[in-house]
Amino acid sequence: MAYSEKVMDHFRNPRNVGEMKDPDGVGKVGNPVCGDIMELYIKVKDDTIVDAKFQTLGCGAAIATSSMVTEMVKGQKLEDALKISNSMVAEALGGLPSQKMHCSVLAEEALQSAITDYRKKKGK
Amino acid sequence: MGRIYLDNNATTPVRPEVAEALARMLKGCYGNPSTLYCIGQEAHVEMEHARDVMAGILGCNREEIIFTSGGTESDNIAVLGAARANRKKGNHIITTKIEHHAVLNPCKALEKEGWSVTYLPVDEYGMVNPEDVERSITSGTALISIMHANNEVGTIQPIAEIGRIARAHKITFHTDAVQTFGKLSVNVNELGADLLSASSHKIYGPKGVGLLYVRKGTKILPIMFGGHQERSLRPGTENVPGIVGFGKAAELMAAEGPAEEARLLKLRERLWEGIKASVPHVKLNGHPTMRLAGTLNVIFEYVEGESIILSLDEHGICAASGSACTSDSLEPSHVLAAMGVPPEKSHGALRFSLGRENTTEDVDKVLEALPKVVEKLRSFSPIYKDFLKQQTV
Repeated sequence: MAYSEKVMDHFRNPRNVGEMKDPDGVGKVGNPVCGDIMELYIKVKDDTIVDAKFQTLGCGAAIATSSMVTEMVKGQKLEDALKISNSMVAEALGGLPSQKMHCSVLAEEALQSAITDYRKKKGK
Repeated sequence: MGRIYLDNNATTPVRPEVAEALARMLKGCYGNPSTLYCIGQEAHVEMEHARDVMAGILGCNREEIIFTSGGTESDNIAVLGAARANRKKGNHIITTKIEHHAVLNPCKALEKEGWSVTYLPVDEYGMVNPEDVERSITSGTALISIMHANNEVGTIQPIAEIGRIARAHKITFHTDAVQTFGKLSVNVNELGADLLSASSHKIYGPKGVGLLYVRKGTKILPIMFGGHQERSLRPGTENVPGIVGFGKAAELMAAEGPAEEARLLKLRERLWEGIKASVPHVKLNGHPTMRLAGTLNVIFEYVEGESIILSLDEHGICAASGSACTSDSLEPSHVLAAMGVPPEKSHGALRFSLGRENTTEDVDKVLEALPKVVEKLRSFSPIYKDFLKQQTV
């Protein structure tokens, strides 16, 4: 098993890392028993994700996919962000080892959960 | 950047003297040791010298040594071969939950053939209770297989005591000594072992070679069939260069004696004391004293093991999470689980295993890098954030 250079870059220098103050939507997915937890925070303006941050406990792939998904959603309309799939995140990272594909599912789920959270808060 | 290799329980660098012995054999001694002419006999003599070295270390006769392709093959021959040969006694095997997969998986294969296997528990330090062994014995117990020391946490089992119990009940007893051969005393009579597995590449020898000690009179069937080599228990032309390299490695380990183990113990304690002093929320896995000198298994809470390994690798430091044989699997360590470590904690386990190339300087470099690595990973760990919030409430 080996990670791509892009995965290692996002692992070494994770983008948009940290807790967000007053987020509009929060997605918490994963489970400490599985060893992976991801929290994704979004700020939304006019149905567009204007900022995204994350905190993740997990392996190299979990951290890299978290970092990548925050990069991918920034500036996206909510309906477009919902179309981001786990394989798109993995592909953007130059691929993931097969046994690590479930980490990209975590990123997709966290994003969907953050958007659902935002819509619930907005009463939409 | 110099590499600091701290994964010696996974494998070890080949010693220069061993590499020389291997090169000498590969270049000039190609004979088949089963042949009668001079070049075959030269190879035979070289191989038998290695066998004598092993017999000296184990305190047995040279005829009782079977050279194999490594620890996994030795374990497979021992478990499958001894169980099947003792089938008349019954269909019960006693082993433990913390064995290497080279023992666990043959046991599982035998379960499919109708055998019943008792997987004994261990205490929080990874230690088997010999009384549990005795209590589990039935009239149908055909084999007991318990490792000498655990590869993940290093806990050394009370093998001599278990050996006495097996002997008293006239049950064949196998011990996987892959992590102890060449390091601790492995005299088969003191241990009471009928079968013992060892591996070359854990003691600075080449990969692809190991041995199985088979006490004279022990009932055992082959699992592979072919020629008469290695008493037909391991047919096929012997890996002569590998065996000679293994012999050289074992000879050098025996010559060093306990001095190297004492040095490793000091280094390990320096590492552990340093970690405790510089990284909060850590926990030692394994027995405090009955443990392999070079093995240090630590849980770093609120972080995940693989992320620490990748980060340490950036600093030129090679460590492991659990065992190399299971590092591709996502399951938490079966050894830590048996010791009662919950999965959310065992994901943060890291194993440092020191070896003869490691120095005080190496340990100090690790102690410089490690706190920063853990701190960075914790800085964006959601469960660490939750923990800190709980603390301030």
